[in-house]
Amino acid sequence: MADALTAAYALRLGDDALILSHRLSQWVGHGPELEEDIALANTALDLLGQARLLLSHAGDRESAGRDEDALAYGRDVLDFSNLLLVEQPNGDFAQTMVRQFLFDAYAVELWPRLSASRDDVLAGIAGKAAKEAAYHVEQSAAWVVRMGDGTEESHQRAQAGLDTLWPYAGEIFEADEVAAALVEKGIAVAPSELRAPWQARVGPVLEEAGLTPPEGAGIRLGGRQGRHSEHLGHLLAEFQFMQRAYPGAEW
Amino acid sequence: MSDSDERAGNERDWPLFEVFIRARTGLHHRHCGSLHAADPEMALARARDVYTRRGEGTSIWVVASEQIFASDPADKDMLFEPAMSKIYRHPSFYELPEDVENM
Repeated sequence: MADALTAAYALRLGDDALILSHRLSQWVGHGPELEEDIALANTALDLLGQARLLLSHAGDRESAGRDEDALAYGRDVLDFSNLLLVEQPNGDFAQTMVRQFLFDAYAVELWPRLSASRDDVLAGIAGKAAKEAAYHVEQSAAWVVRMGDGTEESHQRAQAGLDTLWPYAGEIFEADEVAAALVEKGIAVAPSELRAPWQARVGPVLEEAGLTPPEGAGIRLGGRQGRHSEHLGHLLAEFQFMQRAYPGAEW
Repeated sequence: MSDSDERAGNERDWPLFEVFIRARTGLHHRHCGSLHAADPEMALARARDVYTRRGEGTSIWVVASEQIFASDPADKDMLFEPAMSKIYRHPSFYELPEDVENM
């Protein structure tokens, strides 16, 4: 039975994971150290695994014959519903880690709650993702502290990353009709419910790192509605090239 | 630039750590390689990422490589050759029960 709401919800969570995974994969071969390169790739693969499960589930609930590949490779910018945060460019390693931390601190609060979803498949995916997110946030938090509280240069870079990315964090907690309707049914987690736990994680880490969120920064919204920054189109052009040029190609 | 300034800069390599993984409960930790990390916590995390990607481990030890005092390969003959001729030290005259797996 088609369930457009659950499909849309699984799709947005899947898009977050997919786009962030691709961003991290762009570091492969460019990491600051070999070990860190592999660690970034591991996180990217965790996220890709989550994305595959979520997009497949979205396709099932949508019941329009689209599988994970059709959803990942066959949609254009306006049909993606990921957070603006995850499509932001990697910048330097500090900016990448700040972005990762802001996202991980959300994911690690989302997944355990979603594992109680009345949608069994979503609950199962969330249970698996919760363990991965717990490790991710520990690692990205450690890097934020290391760089914020490191050398003058690393501090400046981490602070610059935070200044750039902070306005995008607010979108995490924005409710819309999809989330609201599914919260009602016990399927989704209310985004607003995550704000306090997220702040309780992010605040102390930033304080230990000696980093300060920019004051008076507005909130950038639109990703969930398909209104993306210029960066997503470029990312998709690279990400989708093979399937666009050779539709259905396999190897 | 003084020597210590230079060591604090980007040019300095992170110290080396040796990585030991225990594959299953009941087995001992085995040396499986080394890696660079800024401190033991990072070494542990990177060991997890680099050496347990395929489910190899249930426990990890990391040891700063500089803390290992190793025998000199040049002393090989002196140290190990004398044991070669003493086969009576090997427990090869006993039959092991089939159920004993990790001996």
